[in-house]
Amino acid sequence: MAAPARSAEAEARLAGLQLPQSGAWLHLARGAAVSRLRAMGLPVKRDEYWKYTDPTPLTVAAVPVAQVIPGETEGFDGIDCLRLVFVDGVFDAAASDNPALAGVEISRLAEAATQDIHWAHEVYGVLEARGQTPVARPLAALNSALATDGVLIRVVGKVSKPVALVYHQTSTASDAILHHCVKVEDGAELTLLESGPAGARSNTVMEVQVADGAAFHHVRTQGRDHERRTLTHVFARMGNASRFKSFTLTANGALTRNEVVLELIGADGVAHVAGAALGNGMFHHDDTVFITHQGTGCESRQVFKKVLRNGATGVFQGKILVKQSAQKTDGYQISQSLLLDDDSQFLCKPELEIYADDVKCSHGSTSGAIDDTALFYLRSRGVPEREAQSLLVLAFLAEAIAEIDDATIAEAIQARLESWLAAGAH
Amino acid sequence: MLEIKNLHVKLEEEDKVILKGVNLTVETGKVHAIMGPNGSGKSTLSYVLSGRDGYTVTAGSAKLDGQELLEMEPEARAAAGLFLAFQYPVEIPGVGNMTFLRTAVNAQRKARGEEEMSAGEFLKVIREQAKTLKIDADMLKRPVNVGFSGGEKKRNEILQMAMLEPKMCILDETDSGLDVDAMKLVAEGVNALRSEGRSFLVITHYQRLLDHIKPDVVHIMADGRIVKTGGPELALEVENNGYADILAEVL
Ligand SMILES: Nc1ncnc2c1ncn2[C@@H]1O[C@H](COP(=O)(O)OP(=O)(O)OP(=O)(O)O)[C@@H](O)[C@H]1O
Ligand SMILES: [Mg+2]
Repeated sequence: MAAPARSAEAEARLAGLQLPQSGAWLHLARGAAVSRLRAMGLPVKRDEYWKYTDPTPLTVAAVPVAQVIPGETEGFDGIDCLRLVFVDGVFDAAASDNPALAGVEISRLAEAATQDIHWAHEVYGVLEARGQTPVARPLAALNSALATDGVLIRVVGKVSKPVALVYHQTSTASDAILHHCVKVEDGAELTLLESGPAGARSNTVMEVQVADGAAFHHVRTQGRDHERRTLTHVFARMGNASRFKSFTLTANGALTRNEVVLELIGADGVAHVAGAALGNGMFHHDDTVFITHQGTGCESRQVFKKVLRNGATGVFQGKILVKQSAQKTDGYQISQSLLLDDDSQFLCKPELEIYADDVKCSHGSTSGAIDDTALFYLRSRGVPEREAQSLLVLAFLAEAIAEIDDATIAEAIQARLESWLAAGAH
Repeated sequence: MLEIKNLHVKLEEEDKVILKGVNLTVETGKVHAIMGPNGSGKSTLSYVLSGRDGYTVTAGSAKLDGQELLEMEPEARAAAGLFLAFQYPVEIPGVGNMTFLRTAVNAQRKARGEEEMSAGEFLKVIREQAKTLKIDADMLKRPVNVGFSGGEKKRNEILQMAMLEPKMCILDETDSGLDVDAMKLVAEGVNALRSEGRSFLVITHYQRLLDHIKPDVVHIMADGRIVKTGGPELALEVENNGYADILAEVL
């Protein structure tokens, strides 16, 4: 039950925003999302799910100012991909590539009103609504209600190159609410990249339906925009023998919360979610993952690594729910932090809830300092202290980066990470 | 030339004195050996020379070719030509052996203002060196020392030494844990590196290594000091009679 004060906040937030003009189906979906939001109210710090992260900067009507970082190169510079550019949360057709690409249909959400995109009816707001139980995610409902733009991507074959969502921030007060829907049809395969700051504050929802035998790869970078307040949700629903892989590289950011809500519905699905984060100073990074095993014989794997210093905070909330039907589940979860000084902290809440009897589930969490003996060994071979520390940081993050399947993309991520380390981002 | 004068060292954290006035000079191009009972301070000496944290130098100096080592960062000592083969080589999960060595070689070259080694050249040299030490390609790719057997770790130390081409090599019990063949291999590796411009300080408990690596001078360390210095025959004396006689004589 939502406390009256929270509903009042939700009303205040809704009052300040206009429900975008949409076609009939989208209008209905948005209306339903508004009702969900009204019923839940906005999240507050005393909510159990927001215990470690204060949602206020994400819920207040006035956007907290965020300076624009000039001259940052795009996250996947040099990788051949189809670029779709969003500036402060609005699609920029002129800056984007022609979205015609074999095996994939791409439409812009803001234009979905005039095109009746049938498949999206079963995805838009639908996966998000499913993700509201057992834990409420009001800001995702807010997103479904008020999203100003986004893309609808249907994949019917093997796409020759990745699709990249490239975000640019030009305003210090932009409030980007982006909503993307992806449907990967039977046996199809897509790699989706995301990079850059979507806005001064951003709320991004991605709903992904992965059909039988289909594969979805997702690699994302969240860069050095120090004052960013970002909330992302990925809702995924997976069919038989489907594959889902998501990796996120994060550096800095005043507030970043990445939620992944994933349901393994069919049998023999494989879902991996990984993240590597570097936080220095004013940094609060929260990975919140909820994986539900429903089908039999599925594998899920979570690998989250954070390197923290100068008062940075890392949060991990990860849950594996294994339903009674999900026999032969293989669930693995590891969350680790490397604390480079005594000022930083790592808050961790791993959870396993298992109703099936024939399952293999494990989780682990550690928090530790850099290995002084290893550091000395490296230095005794002539490697300067900073460089030696970077090598050890990279080594610590390697298990997460190894979750990226595509070698070229993994190299790009590695290079970006190395350049951030060289620039002192950690 | 390495010149250690009146070196006094205590532990940083507690008032325990370990080195109590070490005097030792290793001339350029020479091989010196240090023997001595367990706990006499041999490893401490090698750590202090290479700049490990946790020790406080209360007196004395250690100069390499006139440069005061004790004031330098560990990486600067390495660039100046000092190398320590660890008694217990360190495992570094996640850092590839090859990456590690290339980073080290080029960091030292950079520090000395020399040109960095290209990837191709490095690969060629390391393959050759690895072959002579019977280190297979797989070991080069694996993380530093992770899952290596005791003997493999020691051979890996010698490989690093060969790649880094130091002027002053300190070998801390590189023979321990080696089988007879591996010991010959390591000794051959060391002998191949012996040259006019390179000195060695070989810490060992056994004469056996010194059969292969013939030392010019042998020192006995006890209770934080060099208590006796002699020729190769001193090592034989220790091998036959232990330390009792020597210690009785000097105390
Ligand atoms: N960090 C430390 N903390 C406590 N004691 C130490 C430390 N380092 C060295 N010591 C002590 O100093 C003395 C000398 O140790 P060191 O390792 O130098 O001996 P060693 O001559 O190399 O012996 P071994 O032949 O057994 O290798 C020992 O008594 C050891 O316990
Ligand atoms: Mg020792």
